[in-house]
Formats: sequence, structure tokens, C-alpha cells
Amino acid sequence: MLRFFLSRLLSLVLSLAVASLVIFTVIEVIPGDPAAFMLGLNAEPEAVAALRAELGLQGGYIDRYLGWIGGLLAGDFGTSYTYRVPVAELVAARLWVSLPLTLYALALSTLIAIPVGVVAAARRGGAADYGIMGATQLGIAVPNFWFAMLLVLVFAIKLAWFPSGGFPGWDQGLWPNLKALTLPAIALALPQASILARVMRSSLLETLGQDYIRTARAKGLSRQAAVLKHALRNALIPVMTILGLQFSFLLAGAIIIENVFFLPGLGRLIFQGITQRDLIVVESVVMLLVFAVILVTFLVDLAYAAVDPRLRRAR
Amino acid sequence: MKLPGQLYVGAALSVVFIAAALLSLGWVPYSVEGMNIAERMQGPSAAYWLGTDQFGRDMLSMLMVGARTSIAVAIVAVGIGMAVGVPLGLLAAANRGGLVDEIVMRGNDLVFAFPSLVIAILITAVFGPSALNAILAIGIFNIPVFARVTRGGALSLWTLDYVLAARVSGKGKIRISAEHILPNIANLLIVQGTIQFSLGILAEAGLSYVGLGAQPPTPSWGRMLAESQTLISLAPHIAIFPGLAIVLTVLGLNLMGDGLRDLLDPRLRRVA
Repeated sequence: MLRFFLSRLLSLVLSLAVASLVIFTVIEVIPGDPAAFMLGLNAEPEAVAALRAELGLQGGYIDRYLGWIGGLLAGDFGTSYTYRVPVAELVAARLWVSLPLTLYALALSTLIAIPVGVVAAARRGGAADYGIMGATQLGIAVPNFWFAMLLVLVFAIKLAWFPSGGFPGWDQGLWPNLKALTLPAIALALPQASILARVMRSSLLETLGQDYIRTARAKGLSRQAAVLKHALRNALIPVMTILGLQFSFLLAGAIIIENVFFLPGLGRLIFQGITQRDLIVVESVVMLLVFAVILVTFLVDLAYAAVDPRLRRAR
Repeated sequence: MKLPGQLYVGAALSVVFIAAALLSLGWVPYSVEGMNIAERMQGPSAAYWLGTDQFGRDMLSMLMVGARTSIAVAIVAVGIGMAVGVPLGLLAAANRGGLVDEIVMRGNDLVFAFPSLVIAILITAVFGPSALNAILAIGIFNIPVFARVTRGGALSLWTLDYVLAARVSGKGKIRISAEHILPNIANLLIVQGTIQFSLGILAEAGLSYVGLGAQPPTPSWGRMLAESQTLISLAPHIAIFPGLAIVLTVLGLNLMGDGLRDLLDPRLRRVA
């Protein structure tokens, strides 16, 4: 187990190193000097040079890369060109919107998909199965931002059950914020739940065909008990992979959904960064998102090995 | 699982969508360039089957021209993914377990670590938003998908007797890959291509919606939705029809992909 852990850890660190190099290089090729951009056309060359030094833009490629990485590791994400405040502060504030939204959506997706997938598998070939499979085909085809607009039309404008956008802030208490995040979370969760339910169904069907299930049934277990006690646990392994992948889809999807609902999250921060050419913000937020994705993949791999000892040797 | 007649339903939907895009090259019911403020935001009628938008343009014509953008972006993105990913996958499988295999697969993992939208954001931050950059972003994300499918399919073939026979007869790895492996994984690639095509349409719509895809005046389904957002309570049809176009197209392609898989690979009929 220790060897497995170390090899995964090494691959985590390597992935992060390569990803950070790619992001840094891509941002570096952008023409234009942020310092000159911030100070305008009539700026004194000395003032530009001073600002360059302040922003850490001096020195060679390697120096600046190491400076950036060193800062990231110490929690210093640099200073936003436009806001003139530490990027870490901006990110921390936005994270309190994006992260709850992503987790809310992940929870919804799991809570919907697993029972639905189990029912479809248990009633294989029946009306419920056809209904569920048809609905999930549709769910996969629906763009989440359009679904979000329809939710706003029905539940915010016509029925006025939920706000159509905006975010009150956590100092306003839990309930108003939960209400503000509910429609966005549903819009994010639906397509992912459709995929997850299909994976759950086919994984459970495959497990139910195994010999040990037949043995369990032969020793007198009811079909329901065989499904719930023996099959489900094994069938959840592929579901976990997909769940890990979905985290990154949800995080990226949140970038779009935040725009539909005017939520002040990381997504809006990135888009503002792009339009204002505040590249240090773009660079740091992208790195943070990629870090989150790589970290979740790593954790899923570990969780696997914990659940299924056979997988510890596999890689 | 097989839904009854899914191949036919899927193929029919896909054909309608492609035909509408092709037809729009030569003819649309109304021009999409001029504005006609007097006729704006009308509901569906005999004259305007799907109503008009906020500038009085015919929605049906806009959707037909928008289909062109979606198809073009998705097809080129699938093309990029196949053109780069398939050779990489063949190469990895031919040198399975070796250094090349390892590099290709780790490179794939790396691209997978960037959600496609994040790739698009990076590309747009550098080169500015355009349909071309949307194609690049979606295409790059398709590369590891095709590399993985190709490698997986090719790996199982390399152990088969007829490949062994080809090796005995003195053919090199590249020649075997091209003459014996590739034709036998074509099925897999066609099915995956259909799926990536539908994902490409969804991705293009999402990117255009947030302003990173096709720029005005090129009509695009995603941008139509973005522009309709503030009008949704006044004229819901402006927001509903472009979304329906996306859903039906993607649904059609997905059903066709699943149907093709069943048709091309009878072994899978029993399982999923």
C-alpha cells in the first residue's frame, strides 16, 4: 500500500509541475506588458520599470517561473493588476461561492443518480428501466446553461420560489444562500446525474451477473438483499471513478453557470481577468482549478485502493 | 441498453440537422442580416414558423445558419482529435509498455487534468475569442480521447494470430498498424467520432454562450441563447428554440452513436 501511495504521490507532483509549466508558458507568450498596460500610454519609463519590479515581472523566464511557484506554495498568488489587491484574497472570497456550489451539485447528482441507476438495473427491461434510460439520454443532451435558463423562467420568474440570480453572502445566514445556490446546483447536477445513473446501472448489471451473486441467491438470499448487500458495494467502484471525473466537469461547468445566475464565483473572476487582461488572476485561478482536478484524481485513486485491495498492485 | 429504433430516430434527427445546415448555404426563409424592428419578438406564426428574435430576424433562418457554425466547429474539432490522437494511440500500442507508450499515456493524463473549458479560457486569454480558437480548444481535448480509444482497441489486436502472421512475414510496426490494426478499429473510431461530435456541439454552444466562441455577426446557437437571456420573460420562444435545436441535435447524434455501436459490434448487444 505504501509503494502504491508513493507512486501515486510522485505522479501527482509530476503532473502539477508539468501543468504549472504549461500554464506559465502559455500566459508568458501573450504579447504586451501588464505594467505598461496598467499605467497607460503616457507613463514614464521609470514608473513602468518600478511597477514591473513590484509585480515581479523582472528577471528571466526561469526566475519568474520559480518566483511564481514559490509564491503559490507559500500561499502568495501575486497582486492583481487591476484590483491592486492580493490575488489570494480575491480567490478566497470567490471560492466560498464556487466550492459550495460544486459540492451542492455533486451531492445532488449522487443522491439522484445512485437510486435511479439501482432501480433501472433491478427492473432491467421493464417500463421503469426504459423510462429512466430515455430520461437520461435526454439529460445528457441538455446544455446545462439552457436548463438553467428554463429553471429561472419557471421557478424564479413564474413561480417566484427562488431568486433568479445573485448571491447574498454568507453573513446573511445559511438559508438565503442555499436558496440562491439551489437552481444553479440543479442545473449543474442534471446532466452529470444522467451520466452517473447510466454508469451505476451498467455497473450493477455487470456485478449481478457474477458467480458470487448467484451463490448468495442460492444460499437463500432474496434478490433485494443480494443487490443491496453484495452487488452494490462492488458496483460502486466504477461509479467512484466517474464521480471523481465529474468533480472537474462540475467545477468547469460552474464557470458557465455562475454567468447565468450572476454568482460572484471563480468563473466570473476568470472572465473579468480575461477582459481586463489581468493575467496574473487568470494564471492563478486556472492553476488552482487544475490543482483541484489533479488532487481529486489522486484521492479517487487512493480511495480505490482502500476499497479494493486488488487495485493496489494494478499500476 | 437498446431503446427501440434508436438508430433510426438518431439518424433521422442528425440528417434533419445536417440538411438544414447545408440548405442554409443556398437558401434560408428570410435573410439573417437585416433587422426588421417592426416584426421583432413575434411568437410562432404561419409567416415565421418559429417566431422572430429581438431584432425581427426569423428564428428558423437563424437556427439554420447557426447549425452551420456548430457543425463546422464540431467536425474540425473531431478531425483534429482523430488526426493527432489516432496515430499517437497506434504508436503507443505498437510500443506497448515501452517509453513511447508511457509518454503518450502520461501526456493524455495531463490534458485530461485541464477541463476543456479551462483550455478554452487559456487559449482565449492568449489569442482572443473566436470560433477558430473554440475549435482548437475542443480539438485539443479530443486528442487524448481518440488516443486512448485507439490504444485500447489496438492493444487487444496486437495479440491476435493474424498480426503475429504479419510480423512473421516481415512487416514493420508502422505497416502492421496501418494495414491490419487501423481497419479493424475503424468501428470504434466511428462510434467515438459520433460521440465526440455531439460533445463538440455542446461545448461550442457553451463557449459561445460565455462569449469565447463564434463572434458577431456569425450566428451561433450558444450566442443566441446568451442574447435571449434578458428577454426570457418577455419572449420565451427566443430562448426555448435554440436550446431545443441543441438538445435534439445532440440527442440524435448520441442515439445514432449508440445504435451504430450495437450494429457494428454485435458482442456488445448483450451487455450494456
